Amino acid sequence: MARIAGVDLPRDKRIEIALTYIHGIGLASSQAILKKAGISPDKRVRDMGPDDVAKVRDVIADHKVEGALRTEVTMNIKRLMDIGCYRGLRHRRGLPAHGQRTHTNARTRRGRRKATVGIRKKTV
Amino acid sequence: MARSIKKGPYISEKLVERIEQLNKNNEKRVIKTWSRRSTIPPEFVGHTLAVHNGNKFIPVYVTENMVGHKLGEFSPTRTFRGHADKKSEKAKV
Repeated sequence: MARIAGVDLPRDKRIEIALTYIHGIGLASSQAILKKAGISPDKRVRDMGPDDVAKVRDVIADHKVEGALRTEVTMNIKRLMDIGCYRGLRHRRGLPAHGQRTHTNARTRRGRRKATVGIRKKTV
Repeated sequence: MARSIKKGPYISEKLVERIEQLNKNNEKRVIKTWSRRSTIPPEFVGHTLAVHNGNKFIPVYVTENMVGHKLGEFSPTRTFRGHADKKSEKAKV
């Protein structure tokens, strides 16, 4: 029922937690939003009236969430890649960009272990 | 840790002087520099700097987007990219 910032509607949860289902809103910003909207964080989503939802929606309008946030992040990364700086090169190669070791670990960025026979360069 | 804002960005003074000279005379010349640690200020936009990478000078054409980065970021010092998994050392990229 409560649909905020596009696609999100977890019922039965406390609103404080429910808001964190929105990309770009964690617990901290969720609490800040509710404080500003004057809504108890313990209220369940199903108990929220349309006016409550509208209030939350109003406050969230000041936050960059969901699509807009994703676009911004992608644009930032794209900028790094376009100017050809070190961090951009690391992104292009799908390697960690903050100076971590890659001799071992770095599996999040490098993906699953490859078979020892054919190592292939990954495309971005 | 990031540099204190109070201090302002670090830019090699020599480099600033030389770029200012070029700006005054409306010249464009490639300037060789070893100062990889210098932040790129807006004044550098449009110039080409040859930034040393420990081996040779890599020409860097400074664009607007690069302002605030450091020169060294554009002049890679390493050629080895990625580690070969144990047995496939030869099948390197």
